[in-house]
Amino acid sequence: MSSIEITDRLHEAEAEWEERTLKPTLKRMPESSQPFTTTSLTPVERLYTPNSIPDFDYETELGFPGEPPYTRGIHASGYRGKLWTMRQFAGFGSAFDTNKRFRYLLANGQTGLSTAFDLPTLMGYDSDHPFSEGEVGKCGCAISSLSDMEVLFEGIPLENVTTSMTINAPASMILAMFLAVAEKQGADWKKVGGTLQNDILKEYIAQKEWIYPPRPSMQLVIDSIEFCTKEAPRFNPVSISGYHIREAGSTALQELAFTLRDGIEYVQYAVNAGMDVDDFAPRLSFFFNSHNDFFEEIAKYRAARRIWYRVMKDRFGAKSPRSWTLRFHTQTAGVSLTAQQPINNIVRVAIQALAGVIGGTQSLHTDAYDEALALPSDEAALIALRTQQIIAHESGAANTIDPMGGSYFIEKLTRDMEEGAFEYFRKIDSFGGMIEAIDAGFPQREIQDSSYEYQKAVESREKIIVGVNEFVMETAPTAVPLLQIDESTAELQKERLTKLRSERDSSRVDQMLKALADGAREGRNTMPLLIDCARAYCTLGEMCDALKPIYGIYNEPAF
Amino acid sequence: MDQQRIRVLLAKPGLDGHDRGVKVIARALRDAGMEVIYTGLRQTPEQIVSASVQEDVDVIGLSILSGAHMTIFPRVVELAREAGLDDVMIFGGGIIPNEDIPRLKELGVTEVFTPGARMEEIIECIKRRSRRAKAES
Repeated sequence: MSSIEITDRLHEAEAEWEERTLKPTLKRMPESSQPFTTTSLTPVERLYTPNSIPDFDYETELGFPGEPPYTRGIHASGYRGKLWTMRQFAGFGSAFDTNKRFRYLLANGQTGLSTAFDLPTLMGYDSDHPFSEGEVGKCGCAISSLSDMEVLFEGIPLENVTTSMTINAPASMILAMFLAVAEKQGADWKKVGGTLQNDILKEYIAQKEWIYPPRPSMQLVIDSIEFCTKEAPRFNPVSISGYHIREAGSTALQELAFTLRDGIEYVQYAVNAGMDVDDFAPRLSFFFNSHNDFFEEIAKYRAARRIWYRVMKDRFGAKSPRSWTLRFHTQTAGVSLTAQQPINNIVRVAIQALAGVIGGTQSLHTDAYDEALALPSDEAALIALRTQQIIAHESGAANTIDPMGGSYFIEKLTRDMEEGAFEYFRKIDSFGGMIEAIDAGFPQREIQDSSYEYQKAVESREKIIVGVNEFVMETAPTAVPLLQIDESTAELQKERLTKLRSERDSSRVDQMLKALADGAREGRNTMPLLIDCARAYCTLGEMCDALKPIYGIYNEPAF
Repeated sequence: MDQQRIRVLLAKPGLDGHDRGVKVIARALRDAGMEVIYTGLRQTPEQIVSASVQEDVDVIGLSILSGAHMTIFPRVVELAREAGLDDVMIFGGGIIPNEDIPRLKELGVTEVFTPGARMEEIIECIKRRSRRAKAES
């Protein structure tokens, strides 16, 4: 009996069911008139059956965990050998404050660190720059020089704890300071593990923390990939991020497609620079959002692995299975948190985190319930970590690999995600690449359109948000204790910078900054030069400024 | 006809790049028939006020999510008053704790919209309280 006959028979059976059972039910009890859609406003069918996934082939579409096409996961034993890394993003105030929070999280069972920097640091300004006024230590930790970095990692052995650093435009400078601290601790760079976000493309697309224009920025990224491949092989030099694309209002599919297409762009530029794909691709990692629509998110992660395998093998001819596997970090969706009835956010975060785990994430950050109001308090940060521990040890989600695999719904969504992503790849390729698509404003406009559609769906109440447009309470039911950041960090930072500038060897500083500028002009790899600058206690702002005459600065065109 | 339309300058002061909200508002105000000038990211209070004078706007909207609102909002209000923009309505939105709102209003910010505010509310507020609306009534 051929599979076509089976399908035909099932089609008939489904049609009969509709006639016999469904129709009378709908007559008696009509369905809601609101459209049934995912968070991304993609229509969802009433029922999924084998008819929804015609010609489904287990071996080519799913395969087995740890083997191509990796739909079911990249590890043959799933979470049974090793749970995901619980990596809570933290950072506020001064390096002293953040160091204290890091030690608190490690003491409570967290297994890796993740550093949030404040906005001046993210933009490459020192804490005492006029543009930094009012922003120092507010959204993350203030780091202006190696001296701050030494405080940040005081008492934390960098050979043993992996550290993720969320920084992009000045990522190379921060990496240089990080490696200089590791060196001072006596740690071997070859053993130091961690991740630098260093994904500049999504800055132009969504997060918008940039310094230089796209092309020289790509050069900095390629320099750091090349340097880490040789000198810090356990360090992931780029974490290709969809998180911010989603937060900016994209759909799940756009998040997936733009992120993976960014990944393609980095691989292409590195290959063009003469690197062998199998030398660096195994160290690329990804970072995705986890939003409210449980099934859509799970499908997104599964599709991501399958697409990356196909891209690396077919488009780049990668030969090493380590180049084919997509490893990713997940963070729950900050944008989904509500300021209204904030305790409800604990539930949202738990659902989103569970989707990340079922989707096979390698590491996870769970948002704290108070984040629509302020940076997390100690108590809220602890509940967020406990949420992961409950999923890991109580929910059963970690017992078996890819527990949703084979669900007709999930497999159909996974297929649609894959097809949709390749369609976006074709569009972006037709611009000439992601940089050219960014120049033309393509991904930016796609995201703006989606976010406007979503907002309209919320206002028309096609999409219900509990506590916001339904089940609203007039008075604030719970007062939550908020973390307050005052201006004392800014004062402290100003004092520390004044002291640093008076005590360091200023002729060495000038010499290193000049060497950096000369090297960049000559097209040499900037990483060793930046590390020399860091060692000489050049400030972040000085390093970033030294490259501006060579690279130029970016001004966003109007879209 | 165009002279009747309310002119709104939307600005995004502060160092953060979270422009999702301001762009949604820009589109909603345009769809509601207003003329919108969006300044782009990272505008200083000086730049915002000078653009407002040049563009002869009725309303200035400030979006801020970085936590620097208590530094930046009062500065914009002060500079606007110095520049003679006494009847220009200034409103704000973003991640702004409730405790800070009374103080901002005291300083001359007409209204502050926090996450969850509806586009309709913002449009209504502008229609009711901008100088063009007052001139017509």
